[in-house]
Amino acid sequence: MRAVPAAALMIILTAVAGCAGGTTGGADGAGRETLTVLAAASLTESFTELGDAFEEQHPAVDVRLAFDSSATLAGQVVEGAPADVLATADVRTMRTVTEAGATAGEPRLFAQNSMVLVVPAGNPAGIERFADLEGSTYLACVTSAPCGALARTLLEANQVATPPKSLEVDVKAVLNKVVLDEADAGLVYASDATAAGDRVQVLEIPKSSGAVNSYLVAPLRESEHARLARDWVDLLLSDRGRAVLRHDGFGTP
Amino acid sequence: MSATGGPSVGRAPLRLLLPALLGLVVLLAPLLALVARTPWATLPQRLADPGILQALRLSLVTATIASLLCLLLGLPLAWVLARIAFRGRSLLRALVTVPLVLPPVVAGVALLTAFGRNGVLGGPLRDGFGLTIPYTSTAVVLAQTFVALPFVVISVEGALRGTNQDLDDVAAVLGADRWTVFARVTVPLALPGIGAGLVLGWARALGEFGATITFAGNYPGSTQTMPTAVYAALQSDPEAAVVLSLMMLLVSVAVLALLRERWFGQAAR
Repeated sequence: MRAVPAAALMIILTAVAGCAGGTTGGADGAGRETLTVLAAASLTESFTELGDAFEEQHPAVDVRLAFDSSATLAGQVVEGAPADVLATADVRTMRTVTEAGATAGEPRLFAQNSMVLVVPAGNPAGIERFADLEGSTYLACVTSAPCGALARTLLEANQVATPPKSLEVDVKAVLNKVVLDEADAGLVYASDATAAGDRVQVLEIPKSSGAVNSYLVAPLRESEHARLARDWVDLLLSDRGRAVLRHDGFGTP
Repeated sequence: MSATGGPSVGRAPLRLLLPALLGLVVLLAPLLALVARTPWATLPQRLADPGILQALRLSLVTATIASLLCLLLGLPLAWVLARIAFRGRSLLRALVTVPLVLPPVVAGVALLTAFGRNGVLGGPLRDGFGLTIPYTSTAVVLAQTFVALPFVVISVEGALRGTNQDLDDVAAVLGADRWTVFARVTVPLALPGIGAGLVLGWARALGEFGATITFAGNYPGSTQTMPTAVYAALQSDPEAAVVLSLMMLLVSVAVLALLRERWFGQAAR
């Protein structure tokens, strides 16, 4: 599902890099700059809102956001995708980027996310407890993605023997198929459940205390807007940033 | 009737050769890079990975079934388009071509709305017979058939049109009914073209990704084909993705080369 968007993303990013190169020189145009932020799919709502806030604070800056699975974005950054900031949904993925030397500065923890079980509105399959997943058609992320790793931990902790029907490539795909009632249930982040509102019903997952993913953000070495990239990180850690994230269902440090 | 190798009319102009060379580079550079990046040292043990073999097997089986389905449905459809004159024929042909230009992920969404658990057709199917299509190998075949069928129809129609229709008429005058003409005259004459269309459809089915992952999902053994396995591997282990991609490349090249002998060779005769 992501090959086409990924290819499009690469083209867009290349174009952005081209534009950014021109504008930082300030030779032509209105001297506008573009800050490119790559973020885990689960941050879609929060970062979209914070992008508007950032543009308010920096009238001459356009924020360009790209959302995908953390692992996909990390891979692109390591391969040299021209971007300014990367936000991942876990520590492990960010580590692959720092180890490749692609970050500029220490990654900062800015949010935490726990996992919940969602069922479609009206709960057509009658999933009342986590144990009801046994024998049902439910979805999770691929285990290589942060949401999939966390889901597997929780499924094992609760001894659910039925495997997911499909391992979706990112958490939004899981959520959307549950919203469409194409699955009885899905394991998603608390923030995704918040974003879906009353289109899904939320069930707590037993034995999930401590099972949280930590969200890290780091400016990137390829960035030509180091100051703006730092400003973005500061915004995330500010009261305003924390308020937006909390409103969207995240925990904040 | 040879245009190539005919009398020379001067040297090939540079303004054609240069873009041609550039085109070749665009096509081949990524493939060569893939081969260059392949971790040859660990290749054997990576290829022995049961997950890879499972995905490869599923890909080959589903793509083959899908292309046979395409033949079963596409040949008659192509025949209707090529041989029957009726109002709205060009409209029908345009409709057949739509999935060809549709982004595959859109095809996946369309399939989900049609054959999903709550789809226009999938809903009644589930309520009436307890059958659900998503997350099954059937869904993979359906997605592949949907995207490959236009390729088969368009190229087979071209092949049918390319045959001498006078021979159809001769057979009819000699007393053959329309089915006999189709089976004994039209199809044998168009066989190389039909074969080429089938290969094209097979290749398209084998490479299908967007519609599959959207509609059928991604689970090893039931719905994870080679392309979805490549994508999933890219999430955690780029080297494994390279190995899988190389394997896809080799399989595609091998099969095309194999079939070339049999079908395209005939066509060139």
